[in-house]
Amino acid sequence: MTEAPAAALETVDVTCVFQVSQGLLRGSKPLRAVNGVSLKIPRGQVVGLVGESGCGKSTMANILLGLQRPSSGDVLYAGNSAAGFSRREIARRIQPIFQDPYSSLNPTKTIESIVSQPLRIHSVGAPSEWSARVGEMLDVVGLPRRVASSYPSQLSGGQRQRVAIARALIMRPEVVICDEPTSALDVSVQSQILNLLQDLKEEFGLTYLLISHNLAVVQHMADRVAVMYLGRIVEEADSDTLFNDPRHPYTRALLGSVLTPDPRLGVPDTHLGAVFPNPIDPPPGCTFHPRCPDCMAICRSEPPRPASDGGHNTECHLYGGAP
Amino acid sequence: MSGTILEVENLSVDIPVAAGMLHPVRGIGFSVSRGETLCIVGESGCGKSLTSLAVMGLLPKTARRSADRMEFLGRDIRSLREREMARLRGGSMSMIFQEPMTSLNPSYTIGNQLAEVYLRHVEQSRAAARDRAVFLLEKVGISSAASRLGQYPHQLSGGQRQRVMIAMALMCGPELIIADEPTTALDVTIQAQILHLLAELQREFRMGMILITHDLGIVARVADKVQVMYAGKTVEEGPCETVFDAPMHPYTQGLLRCIPIPGRTQRGERLGSVPGIVPNLVGELSGCMFRNRCDYASDACAGMRDEPTRMGDGHAYTCLRAPEEISGEPQAAETP
Ligand SMILES: Nc1ncnc2c1ncn2[C@@H]1O[C@H](COP(=O)(O)OP(=O)(O)O)[C@@H](O)[C@H]1O
Ligand SMILES: Nc1ncnc2c1ncn2[C@@H]1O[C@H](COP(=O)(O)OP(=O)(O)O)[C@@H](O)[C@H]1O
Ligand code: SF4
Ligand SMILES: [Mg+2]
Ligand SMILES: [Mg+2]
Repeated sequence: MTEAPAAALETVDVTCVFQVSQGLLRGSKPLRAVNGVSLKIPRGQVVGLVGESGCGKSTMANILLGLQRPSSGDVLYAGNSAAGFSRREIARRIQPIFQDPYSSLNPTKTIESIVSQPLRIHSVGAPSEWSARVGEMLDVVGLPRRVASSYPSQLSGGQRQRVAIARALIMRPEVVICDEPTSALDVSVQSQILNLLQDLKEEFGLTYLLISHNLAVVQHMADRVAVMYLGRIVEEADSDTLFNDPRHPYTRALLGSVLTPDPRLGVPDTHLGAVFPNPIDPPPGCTFHPRCPDCMAICRSEPPRPASDGGHNTECHLYGGAP
Repeated sequence: MSGTILEVENLSVDIPVAAGMLHPVRGIGFSVSRGETLCIVGESGCGKSLTSLAVMGLLPKTARRSADRMEFLGRDIRSLREREMARLRGGSMSMIFQEPMTSLNPSYTIGNQLAEVYLRHVEQSRAAARDRAVFLLEKVGISSAASRLGQYPHQLSGGQRQRVMIAMALMCGPELIIADEPTTALDVTIQAQILHLLAELQREFRMGMILITHDLGIVARVADKVQVMYAGKTVEEGPCETVFDAPMHPYTQGLLRCIPIPGRTQRGERLGSVPGIVPNLVGELSGCMFRNRCDYASDACAGMRDEPTRMGDGHAYTCLRAPEEISGEPQAAETP
């Protein structure tokens, strides 16, 4: 067997702690938004990252994009530590697409100016070529060239997301971090954007990290899926494995909550508790235990350790077994 | 007829805007019976929220409403004064909106807000109001309810706030609940929990419910009857199973083909799409407004009149294509 090539992007035991103010005179407390995450994003693959709001997905995205420095741990670009890369070098390799194309596009700038922005910031190529490159990118993402002189407010939500994709791709990145790229869109527009992302992946040989709270979207796009809960990856496996054999009780609840358009099924009972953890003061033991339908005595005191079974990693006492 | 709670016929809303007269709701009709859930579904901007606001008498000041009929519990509510409508709202007709933070007052405790609705509509003592608040908070799954009465909205999570909103909507024993995208801002597991809860409460109290959503998955799981809205009109309606098993309108069919479904759509396969966007509804409008996005449009569609094709058992759609042209088609047709 040949040695596996280095992942396009990888985090090694990354932790990100924010100091959160507790109000006047009460000082601040640490919040572990990301808590010891090791995640590999292999070249040419789509890795899905799912979990509820506040679990640390966007913080992961920002760390991978070099926009947020981790408190500890390392980010590797093609196997090399982030420490050796400048902002500009990272931006050439990795570009983001964010959820809300409304707030992530400057309303006072024309589409041409928005799409060419990365070229300007990183002084890529001659300014005389920028306009032509913008035109090419608009073709690639399926926008008419005449929108170059429009403003974001003159475009529909789907068109704005295409602009965000054009802006990301104009740098010819290797990896695109898509943070909830379709969450703000209607299904009719979502399907067009997902189809476009698939086409672009083929055309440019892209690697994606796809962050979404919609498991159906992730299942449709991703080769591998990581499920996050309160800053930890609690389960990770190949897409088919995860969907056919979900193990962590949280993953099972997430899957059970996907409401497929099946009129013969009702709304399932997730059997989850309604208690919500405070990320500043997370529950002891397994942080999921207050909501877990399978909670055992050990779960209340001991944090579960990761267990691996042929590439299917689960962090739960039900699968801990003996070391 | 005895089971019917709400009956609306030919409801329209017009709003003057800078560009002329906007016609966001153009002749909608529906009815809801006791214990029944009607889902109104469509893309954003198709007029769902304005339809519900029109029923509740909460339209923006500049909007004009007209209807051939609007009967709630046998009473014509078209001509009610604002004070009388206000008595209905929160009483026998209550609502749940998408963002509970905008409907809960941040400066009052949960207990005060729950009691206030009750005291305003039901003449009772504060103690009775408090008992009912505790009873309902427990019903909606809020633990140690009595001790929560003193909490403020910001001390609760989004899911808990939505539960409080539901408790508040139930305080006066409503006959009808109107829920506009009640779970859209919530995480999927919490969405499932809230919808499960709503369905249980509705069954238990035999309330009628109008649930407005853009999510066909939710519709399939909770609706008894479905009404698909496009550009201010109903383009298809019928019993839930029938509409999902045999959708007839190209818009309904198109929306259903856009959804990735674990186990049914394959990874990497292209999803269907409905290209284009909802048209501008300002000025004179005629014909089928879906024609600029429709794969089957012909010249005749520009002159289409609103004459629904009725399929029996309440299933109807408004499209020029004859049933025999449509029903033989494969459900998941390839898009070119
Ligand atoms: N700059 C910040 N300062 C303080 N807390 C933050 C900051 N950014 C994120 N957080 C907190 O970190 C946690 C994870 O946030 P985020 O990564 O945005 O989650 P997600 O994208 O999964 O919704 C949340 O509790 C959030 O409130
Ligand atoms: N107060 C208002 N003034 C002008 N236009 C409005 C107003 N409220 C809604 N609209 C317009 O009416 C149309 C229908 O809106 P709405 O009922 O909110 O749609 P939905 O709930 O289906 O997303 C939209 O085009 C919207 O922009
Ligand atoms: S460790 Fe225990 S509480 Fe945590 S998910 Fe597994 S069974 Fe549930
Ligand atoms: Mg996020
Ligand atoms: Mg709405």
